[in-house]
Amino acid sequence: MRNNPYVYIAIMAAVTIAVRVLPLTLVKGQIKSRFLQSFLFYVPYITLAVMTFPAIIEATNSPVAGALALVAGIVASWYGASLFQVAVGCCSLVFVLELFLAR
Amino acid sequence: MLREFINRHGRALREGAHDGLPIALGYLAVSFSLGIAARSVGLDPIQGFLASLLNNASAGEYAAFALMGAGGTYFEMAIVTLIANARYLLMSFAISQRLDPEASLVQRFLVGFDLTDEIFGIAIARPGNIDPYYSYGAMIPALPAWSLGTALGIVVGNVMPARIVSALSVALFGMFLAVIVPPSRKNPVVRGFVIASFAASALFEFAPLVSGLSAGTRTIVLTVSLSSLAALLFPVKDGEAEEPSQDESRERGRLLASDSEAIGQGVPEALGDVA
Repeated sequence: MRNNPYVYIAIMAAVTIAVRVLPLTLVKGQIKSRFLQSFLFYVPYITLAVMTFPAIIEATNSPVAGALALVAGIVASWYGASLFQVAVGCCSLVFVLELFLAR
Repeated sequence: MLREFINRHGRALREGAHDGLPIALGYLAVSFSLGIAARSVGLDPIQGFLASLLNNASAGEYAAFALMGAGGTYFEMAIVTLIANARYLLMSFAISQRLDPEASLVQRFLVGFDLTDEIFGIAIARPGNIDPYYSYGAMIPALPAWSLGTALGIVVGNVMPARIVSALSVALFGMFLAVIVPPSRKNPVVRGFVIASFAASALFEFAPLVSGLSAGTRTIVLTVSLSSLAALLFPVKDGEAEEPSQDESRERGRLLASDSEAIGQGVPEALGDVA
């Protein structure tokens, strides 16, 4: 590494913290615009959905195990399984499946 | 005074820690592999620990470590971090509309400081206003797990069986699903856009031109365009359009208050309702 790692880390941290903290500390009142209200209502679901697929299939050693964990996670959440149950269930499923699927 | 404080925030803190625990387990696995990446570019355990303690952002840190390895300039570091983490800008805006209006500036700073995808996900799934102490509760196991996992990955490298790392790596996605699926069941518009997001994200992954963009950039482009489309086509009315699901979510909120096991399943109320 040619540059000072601590300076790199300080720059990373400054940018990340600014991005996370500025809207929260600057926007105090309720946003009045109907469009912005609606936009921010949809953001969480859309951004988490975008990050989940197809990344889940690429995260596992075997894409098939990842795909089945996706299906199982959707079904379990649909029928009311808790956050913890879904997370542990998906992990266990991948672990068991990869006993057979992964090299 | 103390009793009143505990009555107000104790439950939120406990529930946050309860929900933060599975996140911490997932973080341990993910940050461990992040540590392996940090080790390969020459960071020592203390540097890795610091980077993760101050950033807690998987994609952002991966990109930053890669840049360190390539000997990028400090300016490039700022730009890469900004692009990889810009989605938190949107999440921070969304949380700003739901956080307890009485939260102080310091509390808002602390909530923002560890606003990760996962902690955002569980916080936004809470009914009603978000108590900052819920976020603190989630941070207590999550942030140390993330930082220590990174340091551990640097120290022990490739000792952990790949099979276990692979299994643990879906924990985070499982949590995302638990956040987006229940509201999709209730709200057909959310459901439609979740499916559209899956499809568009897959398309962006493989399509020529756009697949060259970093994962962070694709996330932003898709989130902004799809959320704008949803807001234009299906605007949330001030406490009207979401009436049925909101009533349910309030009822659920009451149920949740008496059942700490079922956290994270409440349907967020439409932002318009709070205005």
